[in-house]
Amino acid sequence: MKPGRIGAWVAFVLGMAYFFLPLIATFEFSMRMKRGAYSFEAYRVILSDPRFQETFGYSALVALMTILVGVLLVVPTAYWIRLKLPYLRPVIEFITLLPLVIPAIVIVFGYLRMYNSSSFLPFTGSRRGTDILLIFGYVTLALPYMYRAVDTGLRAIDVRTLTEAAEILGAKWPTIIARIILPNVLIAVLSGAFLTFAIVIGEFTMASLLNRPAFGPYMQNLGANRAYEPAALAVVAFAITWACMVLIQVVSRFAPKTAERPG
Amino acid sequence: MNEPFIRLDRINKAFGPTQVVRDFNLDIAPGEFVSFLGPSGCGKTTTLRMIAGFETPSSGRIAIGGRDVTNLRPNQRKIGMVFQAYALFPNLTVAQNIGFGMRVAGASRAEINGRVAEMLEIIKLPQHGKRYPFQLSGGQQQRVALARALAVRPQVLLLDEPLSALDAKIRVSLREEIRSIQRKLGITTIYVTHDQEEALSMSDRIVVMHEGVAEQVGTPFEIYNRPATRFVASFVGTLNVLKATVLDPASGTVRAAGRDLRLDRRLPAGAGEGISLSLRPEVVSLGSEPGRPLELPGTVSEVSFLGSVIRVRVQVDDLFLSLDTFNNPAAAPPAIGEATVVSFSPDDVLVIAD
Repeated sequence: MKPGRIGAWVAFVLGMAYFFLPLIATFEFSMRMKRGAYSFEAYRVILSDPRFQETFGYSALVALMTILVGVLLVVPTAYWIRLKLPYLRPVIEFITLLPLVIPAIVIVFGYLRMYNSSSFLPFTGSRRGTDILLIFGYVTLALPYMYRAVDTGLRAIDVRTLTEAAEILGAKWPTIIARIILPNVLIAVLSGAFLTFAIVIGEFTMASLLNRPAFGPYMQNLGANRAYEPAALAVVAFAITWACMVLIQVVSRFAPKTAERPG
Repeated sequence: MNEPFIRLDRINKAFGPTQVVRDFNLDIAPGEFVSFLGPSGCGKTTTLRMIAGFETPSSGRIAIGGRDVTNLRPNQRKIGMVFQAYALFPNLTVAQNIGFGMRVAGASRAEINGRVAEMLEIIKLPQHGKRYPFQLSGGQQQRVALARALAVRPQVLLLDEPLSALDAKIRVSLREEIRSIQRKLGITTIYVTHDQEEALSMSDRIVVMHEGVAEQVGTPFEIYNRPATRFVASFVGTLNVLKATVLDPASGTVRAAGRDLRLDRRLPAGAGEGISLSLRPEVVSLGSEPGRPLELPGTVSEVSFLGSVIRVRVQVDDLFLSLDTFNNPAAAPPAIGEATVVSFSPDDVLVIAD
């Protein structure tokens, strides 16, 4: 073997160790709830905890709503920018990047100032209102990923000509977006959706400060009070995130045949 | 001409400070096949897009079937269009593509299926309804695009360089197919192309465009044989240009390449002035020939064997004349360097104002 290749392998092994050792250690620790023997006792405890089910269900529902609102907002926007206002693209890209620059805690404090119960739009005045505010907050957090995914998807098709072809056949805007544009960027939308799901499931700051019963605050609460369960929970959270990544891959492999993916 | 079906009335179009189409007037009869021919950037596609409704004229009116459509959206105009890049919907099957327009219009399933089958029959792809566009060749995709445009029974069919993405063989067979479908359906058609051969072989009339202006409108025969402007003459077909000096404008005597030539017609220039004489390669003969009394001496400088035709370049003085002769298996082609004369008839000389 050439020395260059050995160096590359050493770097690769070191990198993998850096990523996986803490994970393996966490996993190993999570198995030691019963003294002297490895068991899945910690997993049994958390999976049977009704609060786990509640918070996970709540976060999953919020994630789905976030995806729905995000798709409805981002797909028409990205499409319109590509078709009619290409000179606005840098502006929109900058706006969609803002959530990466502004910490979530700043955003949520802004929300609390803007939408508190004595404001013009008292979102936080009711539980349902706070849920909606949380969903909008997550839409913002997911914007950089969602917009980029959809925009990349649009780049792969000839948006202008397809639009014109549909238009001259008598189609109107809603039909064009629903029947032509969306199906052709579906893979991109789905990968954006799974990323959004992964973000929302693990999010702590917004949910905690808006005092909603989400999965993130539950994890934190458990971590502060127990020893073995949080480790098990961390492994579960990782598994969910990875499952999302795998789903992105699987879906894009079995997606309907389009120009993006011939054959 | 009968009542025009499409009327373009003093169309102007500017993008910012650039005037793309200038004072464009055209009447098109029902069922007519008209080509817009010109180099890229001449405004032909912009004019087509204004008829489709994708662009709005800066001034002027467009009427189709007696109805003013200038301010209608494309989806209100009942127009079928075929694009250069096919523009089939990649997520739909061939049958769904063809049926798309009818589905949007709210036709019943049975009606759509019947029409799709009929269209697939017309484009000779009856077995391909369930395929996806990416499973078809370029030529097949463009036929599907044609079927999709025609399925909604449009009033007008617009074709925007539909063949330029295809290879040469398919281009020729598909243009014959398009023309025969167009004849069968009797649909008024506008065809945009930069390929003069396509325009000449397919059209009832050709509009030659140059820098946003319609330079000449006429049948292919008129455009080729009686070009109105220098641009038309040089863009359509190959042209030899001879610089000549007028000796006697009344009898049409000029001096070119050291010889006096009598054209037997009044010339649009005074004695002593320069003038350009144009000759198509096929009206010039190598050697003397009865009926072609005007002769110029020269040397063969280049011989291209094109199959049925041999194109010969002859140096006459300091200029080169191209001429075409038919291939004759019994005679050897002319040799390079051979001294010869070229002959032509005064009637075949085009005198075009610069």
